[in-house]
Amino acid sequence: MFSRDRWQEIFDTIRKNKLRTFLSGFTVALGILIFTVLFGMGNGLKNSFNEFFMDDATNTLSLFPGTTSKPYRGFKSGRRIQFKNDDLTDIKREFAFYLDYITPRITRSATVKYHGESNDYTTRAVGPAHQFAEKTIIMKGRYINENDIDNKAKNVVIGRLVELDLFGKGSSALGKYIDIGGSAFRVIGVFQDDGGDNEERYIYMPYTTRQLIEKNTDNIDQIILAYRLAVGYAGAMKLDQELTKFLKDKHDIAPDDQNGLFVRNMAEIVKQNMGFANIIQIVVLFVGIGTLIAGIIGISNIMVFVVKERTKELGIRKALGATPKAVIGLVLHESIFITMVAGYIGLILGIVALNLIGNNLKDYFISNPSVGFGTMLGATGILILFGAVAGYIPARRAAMIKPIIALRDE
Amino acid sequence: MIEIKNLHKSYRMGSNSLHVLKGINFSVKEGELVAIMGSSGSGKSTLLNILGMLDGYDSGEYTLDGVLIKNLNETKAANYRNKFLGFIFQSFNLINYKSAWENVALPLYYQKVNRKDRRQKAIKYLEVVGLKPWADHLPSELSGGQKQRVAIARAMAAEPKVLLADEPTGALDSKTSYEVMDLIQQINDEGKTILVVTHEEDIAEMCKRVVHLKDGVIVEDRVVNQVRASQYV
Repeated sequence: MFSRDRWQEIFDTIRKNKLRTFLSGFTVALGILIFTVLFGMGNGLKNSFNEFFMDDATNTLSLFPGTTSKPYRGFKSGRRIQFKNDDLTDIKREFAFYLDYITPRITRSATVKYHGESNDYTTRAVGPAHQFAEKTIIMKGRYINENDIDNKAKNVVIGRLVELDLFGKGSSALGKYIDIGGSAFRVIGVFQDDGGDNEERYIYMPYTTRQLIEKNTDNIDQIILAYRLAVGYAGAMKLDQELTKFLKDKHDIAPDDQNGLFVRNMAEIVKQNMGFANIIQIVVLFVGIGTLIAGIIGISNIMVFVVKERTKELGIRKALGATPKAVIGLVLHESIFITMVAGYIGLILGIVALNLIGNNLKDYFISNPSVGFGTMLGATGILILFGAVAGYIPARRAAMIKPIIALRDE
Repeated sequence: MIEIKNLHKSYRMGSNSLHVLKGINFSVKEGELVAIMGSSGSGKSTLLNILGMLDGYDSGEYTLDGVLIKNLNETKAANYRNKFLGFIFQSFNLINYKSAWENVALPLYYQKVNRKDRRQKAIKYLEVVGLKPWADHLPSELSGGQKQRVAIARAMAAEPKVLLADEPTGALDSKTSYEVMDLIQQINDEGKTILVVTHEEDIAEMCKRVVHLKDGVIVEDRVVNQVRASQYV
């Protein structure tokens, strides 16, 4: 069916009917162009969503103490719950099966000074595992380690922008001492974070050091723990439930008290938000496919017109011995060929357009819009299919042409 | 070569039916040059369409070169047309975006002859009709007579058993008409069977036999003394 002669015949036809070919190709190219750009934008939107959440680990649970709203076991309602260090050890012991790592977090703001420069920053007193929870990237030096925790060392890891603010451009803060809320701390590391400028203005210190400064308490603000990825989403949900139950029991919070303890499950939040992004993607896909179909209907219309215009020619061909199959093949082949070539032009233009857009639309939550290889393969399939559909109906009509009617002198 | 027995054909027009051919009996031997004459509405074009397998018939029998032509499907009709018949039309019916040789080569394309041989053969037949230097010209660059000669070359390219010409000179002036008829006579001289539909008396006299149709029946079938067209050229 796809002999060299057929190709020759089609190229002849196309070469000698440029306007017609251009018109039919244009519709398809436009359809594919719009489809590609829309689809890429949808992907860009998804990328933005990913960026929002992926700068932190997504297999984490955050535990916040609250204030009870129900009396329980002889305690009145309105009692503030306070986490202590032993909560950490208890969780480590009870949930060892699920646990990947665990870290407390005590957040305080402080004025930080260095050689006359001073500024207000948020300090986070944490354990070594906090680095994984926040996906903190160490640029130089090191992160807080177990030694720092045990020795209650006055060591801090500062954000890239803290270094820039206090030490100026080009000079290193490593090993220098800075004043945080009246105590001197040694800078042992500088980090960066994909989460944006705010995240790079944090200062991390060992949580035991913070507790020492605050009159040697063992209070903890917040606990962040990560479960092993192997437990999966269902396991995470189970851990969420059991952990809530365990801590409510330990801190004498009524099981149905919604305010005594808060658990934020990142897996669930990410799932919800990605679901939202997926819905947007589906809507975009719908619009894109609609556009594509409009393009296909366009080419089908043009092919109907082309067949009408070629009625006489096809009649002559039939009189000279063209079988219905040969006529269908000719029209269909041409249609598929034009659709594919035009489609690819549209696809390439679309990809170029997406590259030009690049990150210019980041303010509108579209970052790095692109279409994947799989999508392109899919689009190719759709093109061939739609080219065939668009060509088939007119082709069949062409094959039905009676040579005597076609050849009747006008 | 052609055998027709009691051929009937009617066209349905809404609720009425128009009986066009009312029992035609007619046969053509190999090498004959037959003119089919008649006024418009006599059924001569219908007869030619049936002979050319461009149209079916209601009852009777049509045998071409020993093959019964009846109730053919489209594919079969197309193959028979390609193998048995060459058409020459009043309005030439060349494909306007193909050059002269490509037009001539078209029936060969449907015979699945390869491109090189197609060109060779097409050029050969263009030479027969005296248009070899015009092989690469488009039909729009040719005169009416030249176009008809290209059409004749095309009809002969497939080496058919029978040539069917529907008013081949209808769109030409008399000088060109005679040139075309001269060509047709020469082809006939070499033994090709040719049927010519015409309503021009002088063209009919250039054939060897004249069949006169009136109201769907043959009213006259006579052998004529062939007038050679070459004497007018």
